[in-house]
Amino acid sequence: MSVQEWTFLMVGISFAIYILIAFKSRARSTSDFYVASKGVNPIVNGMATAADWMSAASFLSMAGLIAFLGKDGSVYLMGWTGGYVLLALLLAPYLRKFGQFTVPDFIGERYYSNTARVVAVLCLLFISFTYIAGQMRGVGIVFSRFLEVDINLGVLIGMGIVFVYAVWGGMKGITYTQVAQYTVLIFAYLVPAIYISIIMTNNPVPQIGFGSTLVGSPDFLLDKLDKVTTDLGFNAYTENTKSKIDIFCITAALMAGTAGLPHVIVRFFTVPNFSAARKSAGYALIFIGLLYTTAPAVSAFARMNLIDSIQDVEYSESPQWFQNWETIGLIAWKDKNSDGLIRYSSGNALEGVKPIYTEEKGNSGERVVQNKADLTNKNEVYIDRDIIVLANPEIAKLPFWVIALVAAGGVAAALSTAAGLLIAISSAISHDLLKKTFMPRINEKQELLYSRLATAFAIGVAGLFGIYPPAFVAQVVAFAFGLAASTLFPVLFLGIFSKRLNKEGAITGMLVGLIFTASYIIYFKFMSPELNTAENWFFSISPEGIGFVGMLLNVSVALFVSSLTSPPPKEVSLMVEGIRQP
Amino acid sequence: MDYYWKANLKILTCLLTIWFLVSFGFGILFSDWLDQFRVGGFKLGFWFAQQGSIYVFIILIFIYVYLMDKLDKKVLQDKEEKGS
Repeated sequence: MSVQEWTFLMVGISFAIYILIAFKSRARSTSDFYVASKGVNPIVNGMATAADWMSAASFLSMAGLIAFLGKDGSVYLMGWTGGYVLLALLLAPYLRKFGQFTVPDFIGERYYSNTARVVAVLCLLFISFTYIAGQMRGVGIVFSRFLEVDINLGVLIGMGIVFVYAVWGGMKGITYTQVAQYTVLIFAYLVPAIYISIIMTNNPVPQIGFGSTLVGSPDFLLDKLDKVTTDLGFNAYTENTKSKIDIFCITAALMAGTAGLPHVIVRFFTVPNFSAARKSAGYALIFIGLLYTTAPAVSAFARMNLIDSIQDVEYSESPQWFQNWETIGLIAWKDKNSDGLIRYSSGNALEGVKPIYTEEKGNSGERVVQNKADLTNKNEVYIDRDIIVLANPEIAKLPFWVIALVAAGGVAAALSTAAGLLIAISSAISHDLLKKTFMPRINEKQELLYSRLATAFAIGVAGLFGIYPPAFVAQVVAFAFGLAASTLFPVLFLGIFSKRLNKEGAITGMLVGLIFTASYIIYFKFMSPELNTAENWFFSISPEGIGFVGMLLNVSVALFVSSLTSPPPKEVSLMVEGIRQP
Repeated sequence: MDYYWKANLKILTCLLTIWFLVSFGFGILFSDWLDQFRVGGFKLGFWFAQQGSIYVFIILIFIYVYLMDKLDKKVLQDKEEKGS
């Protein structure tokens, strides 16, 4: 069978399983729809949380990002796992004890204010829509590369599948499909990693393999990689290039952001009690850690393989994957010195970085690009970082079924995260905006109908983002985490750990965090991207790390304003006392 | 009941100190210094940044689960004894 047939088979089977599960666990009440009636086993919820959390970005992009960043890439590994410690210790058990349906619910009740609730809903919608746009793009990439269908058709198919099981099953259906999706995605991630680890280092455990010696050589893989990367003019793979303060702030912003993401928090509302919520966060991190400790190994293997397989190779002799991805438009080669050999080194190959292709073929048969060569360096190759995980099995020449498995895993990762986000979005609209704020008179049946409608609406918007991908998708990841860290995380944390924080404090805190972080990111990412360098940054903190500063501002403003205004009413203190008790 | 919350805060402080130490400490601030030591093919600072911190995070959560479950049990038992 060909790769394409294998992929159809694997993706087809996985889709059939998701739909079957959704059919078996349909939602019958709002409690089913929002929180799976709070009856989910902690281990099952841990697995669902892992699938919910690990998105197309974790599955497809992260290892590629680290492969090119080297040690600087550690911010993602620590940031996106360390947040679970905060979640398990500071938020999840208490929010579960509080026992409502959504994150804005807690903020609305704790700060006895619908204004606070609506501000929280706005933050939630912005964060979740930003996030979901990236998922749909992930589905599109996988479909276009492996099934050779049009990207738009791929997005439509993905939307259709999510529509069926999210609208039908709600949180309950999603929970059990996410368990299946986790199984698919982790298997798809580990199998090629183990294969490659054995090929390169003779060690079947990738986590140990990338710290071992290369087959047939006394050199350690990472030492060799350091040498090769420095020889080609890159930074040494195992050394940082960013400033310490920036790395510190990015990691902190990602951690607090992770703990403040509504679609992750709400997963802990589905377990039976607060003790199960703690346990569940632990299991979630085990399941996530399995992928996150494998990812840096995949990165190191991929970087090494990539350099080995294309360096100084004639274009006509170049590997099949190189030309396949060139056809899709994610690799480009400009023969700067016209010698027919591929030269890969540091620097941008092309002016304007991203290739713009023409219809012509060059002397060696490559796709000709309109861009002028960037003559400040010798690099001739443009490689989109997103392809590393998908291309890795091909680069390492693994069997076709493994490549197909990776494609199915990528789709599983994207769909499971999209579904979790859809529930967070729809419950914020139907529960917090309609039922609790603007239409308090609707009954449960109507609310359930509205939540289904809201889900369908959100899928439509997400699909539009997938078909007409806004250019800013890659830029806005910083946004989602920065805003979660600077708005939701502090008010949730202080809402539990400070009895004195009142509504005036919380609202001004959220707004200050929001405005500060958003304007910093908008200024450097959209208004003046040419100024986006370390010299111009505030204390050399990049837009990716500014959410941490926003968080500190939020906390100080909130506490200061609270100390000047009257303390919260008695019921609220009693409520806080209540959620602190076993 | 005050006792329960204070005990909880104490546990939290200890565990979060370790959390900070392995990630922000070993993985970032003292990472370069730790790089002079090696475990197999890994420089130690690099290992903490890309592997070690994650393992410690997992262990920390389960220690918290264990300690809090024990504390919950004790406090609930005391409550029952007082009630009867």
